[in-house]
Amino acid sequence: MNAHGNAPSRTPQDLSESITGGVGESPSRPDGNLKVRGDYAYSSDLWAEDMLWGATLRSPHPYARITGIDIARALAYPGVYAVLTHEDVPGDNRYGLKITDQPVLAEDVVRFRGEAVALVAADHPETARRALELIAVDYEVLEPVTDPKRAAHDETLPKLHPDSGRENNLVRYQPIVRGRQDVTAEVVVSGTYTLGMQDQAFLGPESGLAIPAEDGGVELFLATQDLHSDRKQTARALGLPPDKVRMTMSGVGGAFGGREDLSIQVHVCMLAMHTGKPVKMVYNREESFYGHVHRHPAEMHFEHGATRDGDLVYVKARMYFDGGAYASKTPVVVGNATTLGTGPYEVPNVDIAGWGVYTNNPPCGAMRGLGAVQPAFAYEAQMDKLARALDMDPVELRQRNAVAQGSVLHTGQQLDYPAPVGELLERARKLPMPPERDPAAEPDIRDLPGGAANTTHGEDIARGVGYAAIIKNVSYAEGADDYSTARVSLQAVGGEAVAMVHTAAAEVGQGLVTVQQQIARTELGVERVNIHPNDTSVGEAGSSSASRQTYVTGGAVKAACEAVRETLFDRAAAALGHTPPDLAVVDGKLVSESHGVLADVVDVLGDGVIECTREYHHRPTYPLDPETGQSELVHVQHAFSVHRAVVDVDTQLGLVKVVALDCVQDVGKAVNPDAIVGQIQGGATQGMGLAVMEEIQVSDGLIRNPSFTDYLIPTILDTPPMKVDIIERGDPHAPYGVRGVGEPPTISAGPAVLAAIRAATGIDLTHAPAGPEHITGTAH
Amino acid sequence: MDFLRAASLDDALATKAQRPDIAPIAGGTDLMVGINFDHIRPSGLLDLTSVPELTEWSESGDVVRVGAGVPYARIISELGERLPGLAMAARTVASPQIRNRGTVGGNLATASPSGDAHPALLACDAEVELASTRGTRRMPVTEFFTGVKRNAAEPDELITAVHLPRATGPQQFAKVGTRNAMVISVCAFSVALHPDRAAVGTGFGSAAPTPRRAVEAEQFLSGELTSRGMWADPRPLPDTVVERFGELVAAACAPIDDVRGTASYRRHALGVLARRTVRWTWDEYSIGRQTCA
Repeated sequence: MNAHGNAPSRTPQDLSESITGGVGESPSRPDGNLKVRGDYAYSSDLWAEDMLWGATLRSPHPYARITGIDIARALAYPGVYAVLTHEDVPGDNRYGLKITDQPVLAEDVVRFRGEAVALVAADHPETARRALELIAVDYEVLEPVTDPKRAAHDETLPKLHPDSGRENNLVRYQPIVRGRQDVTAEVVVSGTYTLGMQDQAFLGPESGLAIPAEDGGVELFLATQDLHSDRKQTARALGLPPDKVRMTMSGVGGAFGGREDLSIQVHVCMLAMHTGKPVKMVYNREESFYGHVHRHPAEMHFEHGATRDGDLVYVKARMYFDGGAYASKTPVVVGNATTLGTGPYEVPNVDIAGWGVYTNNPPCGAMRGLGAVQPAFAYEAQMDKLARALDMDPVELRQRNAVAQGSVLHTGQQLDYPAPVGELLERARKLPMPPERDPAAEPDIRDLPGGAANTTHGEDIARGVGYAAIIKNVSYAEGADDYSTARVSLQAVGGEAVAMVHTAAAEVGQGLVTVQQQIARTELGVERVNIHPNDTSVGEAGSSSASRQTYVTGGAVKAACEAVRETLFDRAAAALGHTPPDLAVVDGKLVSESHGVLADVVDVLGDGVIECTREYHHRPTYPLDPETGQSELVHVQHAFSVHRAVVDVDTQLGLVKVVALDCVQDVGKAVNPDAIVGQIQGGATQGMGLAVMEEIQVSDGLIRNPSFTDYLIPTILDTPPMKVDIIERGDPHAPYGVRGVGEPPTISAGPAVLAAIRAATGIDLTHAPAGPEHITGTAH
Repeated sequence: MDFLRAASLDDALATKAQRPDIAPIAGGTDLMVGINFDHIRPSGLLDLTSVPELTEWSESGDVVRVGAGVPYARIISELGERLPGLAMAARTVASPQIRNRGTVGGNLATASPSGDAHPALLACDAEVELASTRGTRRMPVTEFFTGVKRNAAEPDELITAVHLPRATGPQQFAKVGTRNAMVISVCAFSVALHPDRAAVGTGFGSAAPTPRRAVEAEQFLSGELTSRGMWADPRPLPDTVVERFGELVAAACAPIDDVRGTASYRRHALGVLARRTVRWTWDEYSIGRQTCA
């Protein structure tokens, strides 16, 4: 059964609108104008006749035992159609991306403030909200586990997941050791660095519409990063075979990792199946803060040893990651942080360990650059500290130790593709600097720290420059079979050859929507390419995460197009009676160098359709040895970027204006150069936000700022002009030589900004974000 | 929830007298956020946007009456010369869209310690005009704020206007936030020179349970300026005077640690803002006097 037979009404949008341009050109997004005009339909705009509204009752306590739930008053409230608890979960009341440890609805224990306890469906969202207040839950409040370092080592703390068979609250411990462990060095620097909890802050809240189907299944229209992962977990919880749970992508209002875990999926389907009516759920901003995972906060102890000449001798690191109440992507965060924790540098002797733990803090999981963002703040601060100790230029120190093709990382993996970190640093250093501030000129206060709030007219402003170079893995790692699927068809429509590309790969704003069309256009030599809506009626694409979709789904689209082209050639050869050499498709015509134009593609196609489905698997990776962290090839690819930040700091008030934030990045092959510049600028803005303002403040397990009033993200006045220098050193293992783009700039921007603030103030800032109280020494 | 639209002030006051629990709404930039997040559930809304007495400003002698429903955007564009401190404060409110809707009347009704207009009103000895079917009264703004998000209006009263003397000297407003636009104040400070009566006005926000004046700082500075004969013969402010003024402002505050900042930072930052803004106002006053002379 096709999900579109009873598709909900939505505001009109034509995403199938064909763009022009092949690989290497810069077509605009087909949804760009709609979004700018406010005409784009997001998943929160879904609507169906006679639909109900779902709402979620959440735990007010970070850790408590549930001793009773009374739903009678809520159920009796006029307009209420259903009140559901864990007893109503039809299948297995557990889900999770890596470890199946999270209940769909809490049973006897709640492990974080915001955990889902009960659901309501009602005829109006306000009715549903009021009914929630009528559900009486008896809690026996317990002392929460909130200190991640204690959670890693203190065996006397309560075990938060006793059913898991774990002896402690560890989700993952991973050491990596290489070289000599008794080594000393002439120059040693050390430091402890901490990182606050960052929110993805996507603007479109969690939302979706579930419609019960006649076959006993359910159709779910939603915004997600991975349709098949959602379906697998949802079907299991609903007790349905996967083919009875059909999911269709609706407009995604940003993701950044925050839509990898389930939120509304099982809940809204349960309500729809229970009531037999379409049910819509939309979180508001406060609920969204409780309804998705965040970036892991971290505490990191680093020690770097070097020769007097500036050659790194060793790195020792101990890193703690607070995964909160449920595992989510904590295992991946530990894997990435330890395997990438030395930065893009050659280090002969390494002793790194990472702990990811359960606590009663908000659950943490995927966010852009996961596991690589945290250590980058630490190792780049250390490189600057080392440069000062050596009295050496910080860029020169980095270049001296930078990895290159052929380098062996501390996991034992040899980089068998370009790794032009030294070149990136050199180009970053040579980018033109922004003009110096003229103290004599009348300033526009919007250009100064504090901006429009009129805090300085030029007093006490100091400028600083900082650099950061980073390394990030691309795609899934540690032995995961990472692949994507594409179905491509070609047929004649109205005298024109039209290709259709169908994948389940989520367009979350990153630009895959143009990339897929560009690849099809290039490979098939046709102008008109349409994109089928993403749904689960085609094979898996995996998640739009880990900077992987252009690589794997791009690879799948390329492979499917090649298969379609081969079939087309076979048909042409059959019609011609021979197989000409050098056959190609150009501008809708079959041509060969030796025979010239042979036929119109349309004529070869006739009334028929050529359709091919192909999977693309990247080359295998291998797990880390649990004790040494060694692996033949833990990551399929690494990506590198360098940022240079220029900041003005009001040294008295501790306010910061980032004046420039310029990036040099190796993208392997720029499939859509303009879209890449946009991704780098957006990623850099998100990284800068973490450096200067973005932090979910948690105390005693409670989020203190669950709103955009108090969780601040950068405005345009906080965001400087950004020069972006893209270089293309193709990876021979990747389709077209592409290298993942989306995450690296998010990782390098923040450490560069902090380095620049340190340079401006001389203050040894060790926490990100660095707020005015840190810069002025008034934090306590 | 009822939605009532008042056609005239009498109409609005009669409704408020009958239904004191109804929530008056002008721009709705704060009230609607509270309703959307279910933090408040008023029995009804009383729309004041069609009441002419509230939506205009006027001038009588040296005093400007600003209707409670005049949006910030109009204060910026129309009252910058007459009420420079209030106009500067209005410029720091939120975003352009919010400034098109938000009003000083709403800011007063919420009476948050972080309300952007409050320090400027305090520094200029503003009076709040309150009306009910029982009559109209005016109250010094210093008496209006009675606690965190509490004010002195009676349940049957509407805030109808603020009255401020037309500026006779330079005024400044500065606000610290942790981003460079669209931010709630971590702390804010306003200073006004009143050369007509040889006085100094101040106001600060987000650094005590209510917006307050730094009275000792005002008296200290006006005393120094008078005793040194500097109102008539302006010379550069001595560093010691600026320093002391900043110390007295910092000493006047009673801040707390919260999600937006620490008490220690707020006290420190208020001192910095006080020193900077007093120099800006004095420099402007000195140049103005020289130009006149």
